[in-house]
Amino acid sequence: MGYIIKGEQHDWELVIGLEVHAQVMSKAKLFSGAPTEFGAGPNTQVSFVDAGMPGMLPVLNEVCVEQAVRSGLGLKAQINKRSVFARKNYFYADLPQGYQISQFDQPIVGEGIVVLDMPDGSTRSVGIERLHLEQDAGKSIHDLHPQKTYIDLNRSGVALMEIVSKPDLRTPEEAGIYLKKLRSILRYLGTCDGNMEEGSMRCDANVSVRPAGATELRTRCEIKNVNSVRFLMQAIEYEARRHVDVYESGGTINQETRLYDSNKGETRPMRSKEFAHDYRYFPDPDLLPIEFDDAFIAKIKADLPELPDDKQGRFITEFGLSAYDAGVLVTEKENADYFEVVAKGRDGKQAANWVITNLFGVLNKRGVEIADSPVSAKDLGRLLDLMADNTISGRMAKEVFEAMVETGKSPDAIVEERGMKQITDTGPIDAAIDKVMAENADKVEQYRAGKVQVMGWFVGQVMKATQGKANPAVCSELLKKKLEA
Amino acid sequence: MSELTSLTIAAAREKLAKKEFSALELTDAHLAAMERAKDLNAFITMTPDLARERARESDKRLFAGQAGALEGIPLGIKDLFCTEGVLTTAASHILDGFTPQYESTVSQKLRDAGSVMLGKLNLDEFAMGSANITSYYGPVKNPWKPKGRNAELVPGGSSGGSAAAVSAHLAMGATGTDTGGSIRQPAAFCGIVGVKPTYGRCSRWGVVAFASSLDQAGPMTRTVRDAAIMLGAMSGFDPKDSTSAQLDVPDFEAALTKGVKGLRIGIPKEYRPAGLSPELVALWDKGVEWLKAAGATPVEISLPHTKSALPTYYIVAPAEASSNLARYDGVRFGLRVDGKSLDEMYAKTRAAGFGAEVRRRIMIGTYVLSAGYYDAYYLKAQKVRALINKDFTDAFDKVDAILTPTSPTPAFGIGEKFDDPIAMYLNDVFTVPASLAGIPGASIPAGLSADGLPLGLQVLTRRWDEETLFRVCQALEDAAQFPLLPAV
Repeated sequence: MGYIIKGEQHDWELVIGLEVHAQVMSKAKLFSGAPTEFGAGPNTQVSFVDAGMPGMLPVLNEVCVEQAVRSGLGLKAQINKRSVFARKNYFYADLPQGYQISQFDQPIVGEGIVVLDMPDGSTRSVGIERLHLEQDAGKSIHDLHPQKTYIDLNRSGVALMEIVSKPDLRTPEEAGIYLKKLRSILRYLGTCDGNMEEGSMRCDANVSVRPAGATELRTRCEIKNVNSVRFLMQAIEYEARRHVDVYESGGTINQETRLYDSNKGETRPMRSKEFAHDYRYFPDPDLLPIEFDDAFIAKIKADLPELPDDKQGRFITEFGLSAYDAGVLVTEKENADYFEVVAKGRDGKQAANWVITNLFGVLNKRGVEIADSPVSAKDLGRLLDLMADNTISGRMAKEVFEAMVETGKSPDAIVEERGMKQITDTGPIDAAIDKVMAENADKVEQYRAGKVQVMGWFVGQVMKATQGKANPAVCSELLKKKLEA
Repeated sequence: MSELTSLTIAAAREKLAKKEFSALELTDAHLAAMERAKDLNAFITMTPDLARERARESDKRLFAGQAGALEGIPLGIKDLFCTEGVLTTAASHILDGFTPQYESTVSQKLRDAGSVMLGKLNLDEFAMGSANITSYYGPVKNPWKPKGRNAELVPGGSSGGSAAAVSAHLAMGATGTDTGGSIRQPAAFCGIVGVKPTYGRCSRWGVVAFASSLDQAGPMTRTVRDAAIMLGAMSGFDPKDSTSAQLDVPDFEAALTKGVKGLRIGIPKEYRPAGLSPELVALWDKGVEWLKAAGATPVEISLPHTKSALPTYYIVAPAEASSNLARYDGVRFGLRVDGKSLDEMYAKTRAAGFGAEVRRRIMIGTYVLSAGYYDAYYLKAQKVRALINKDFTDAFDKVDAILTPTSPTPAFGIGEKFDDPIAMYLNDVFTVPASLAGIPGASIPAGLSADGLPLGLQVLTRRWDEETLFRVCQALEDAAQFPLLPAV
């Protein structure tokens, strides 16, 4: 795969599997009616169930089941018509029940697949091991008081999908692309908003190394709660290097849970107390197994949106885009939708270029999402129209676009205001050409002597003389005619 | 006033309707009896003010002709049911000061039916026990005394406070909960009727959980009719409990008059273990004769996995309990004993807050669920549980009801069997199989031992067939003419 860590004894390859916790988009929690909105005041979104009060019982929120099935379908995965909730028992101050309701040996979704588009144009298939539903814990806040820990139970009971990949990833880059692709799929499906900063998507990475070409799996370490794609790639890189160093110096790797410190750029073990659990899983007797029929699945399937892979395929065939450009455009549904508005009834490739190069450039520079784009898709499309009907030249279009970004005005208004209409009328261009030719007889001679490269210079002069308003195509056509006359 | 406390629910209902006395008078009579019988220690919390307030409301409804099914009937609530604004302890130190902001579904239904809560009844801590001796609030005394001896007897458990209160006429009825026999065995020990309905008949919402797959609420009363009335008010689907059944509640009271003619009554041959009192064997035979005389046909049946029921129960119930009781951690409510670290706080709080029997079961449950033991214990127990269930399914192909003793012995003395948990667990040998199978069961007071102590017979029927259960119980009650304790 190209990513090899050179050691003194071996070349080493990486084996990576990811466990992603994706918060289910639902108004209410997995087992209670309490709301799930982010950013509410501490302990304001907590029912008696979420607080683990005596005698309280969980009642399954069926919306979450639908969301899990929808996600499973998006991952082209096996949907299990019967699955079971199990209790994962451990003590922590922000785990009010003393157990997390999760799924253990009978998850709602089984094996599936995610296809990655690599930058070199190739694709990689990554296996999904399973997807299961579980509830989130609350939050412990240790830094508000020197002796005390504060607990916020707003998150307690919020529905999560744990999505476990097979150990199919071989490079930090693949891991990053996988995470982005998974996020993209879930966002398309509307089952997770994928917001890593708000913690609605979290990732644990299982990392091990082995001599290149070996088939054995060596001891892995789990890096917990990595909260960005960049940190994920850094953490994997660091951890793999650490394994290689340990092996090459004759040591052994212990299976353990580690944390990534993004400030220091290193992983370190969690205190053993924090993970040395025997979770004592057993089926939750408060809940019945989740059971549904084929019709339930079919109904959800019928409502599935077009997913990134399908959209990408369509963009390639419908708009003649390259796989790479189509891949870039479909990652975020909002971007793809924007592009479609721009491209509809126009030159798809040109639309893609403008969206990817010009628009994304502006958005990146401003650090805003497409939803906050200063240029609407409709206006950008209009700008392409003005080029197509020769009202403005490509060069002028760039200028108009900049003005659109600055002012938010429509391209028509800007062209009008600034008198930027391209000259396609041959009269003024003829005049300009005659003037340039008269003043530069030597260049005319050169051209006529066979040095056709000076044509570019002539076009430039004519454009200059017309303040850039001359239609370049018309201009070079007329020039050619006159020079060769 | 003792004439008011001696009434059955059915009789009081009529007399209240006829305005022979008021709900307030009826409640006051019981509050007075509770005061007089304080030494039984049946109540953890008495709520006289609340009771009078609700009795007055009942009187208004009675006056307005809007009486509910239990209008003005004073009841005791086992202190395992969460009651809004009233201390709820589960008889445990760890729930110190816990006053719920919510009312359990069952106690709410009883309230909606017009009943008057007198207070919260003592029990074994977290309903774990068969003698009501594990309560943090002290043991409950059985109102029955052995003939010629001045011994204090246990009321059975875990619903010991409920059984004692109803037996001693401190309440007209009481809620109990039954996980392995906690309604039926104390009912037998105290000479009253106790019904554990089908698992899923009554909502578990708001009941402090012991073993979720077994826990079931039920009525404890002095007559079969009263139990039928009370169960009718307690039952019904509750969307807040995923294991409660979406079934209509039958008219249990209407079933009482149907008799047992033509019913086939199963007599399991495996229910004769060593240690079964000969008096109970004799009473059992008598019970068979009574039902025969009433037109039923006894049939010998086999429940081959009976001997595995007790060990299975003592894996399943502690396993679930060990997880259910994890929430008592000192963080959000109840007792907290501070420590230098979170783990130390947990350890100190739970060591101080839980009694020995609860700690024992948490340890057993933790052990049987732990890695390396799960398959050998918990998983195997689940398999055996399925076989026990099949025993009953097969048996009910041949019979309509099953008759057995409720417990192997009558009530024993406070202090006996206390050092030997296994001997204590054997109390549940006849009640546990039905709990594991989720089928309904009832204990009927059917006779007295030579010592003059109550002896109970147990009736079991198919899932959701409480109507047949009540029919058989009524026939036994009619034949036994059991001498209830007089009201004092």
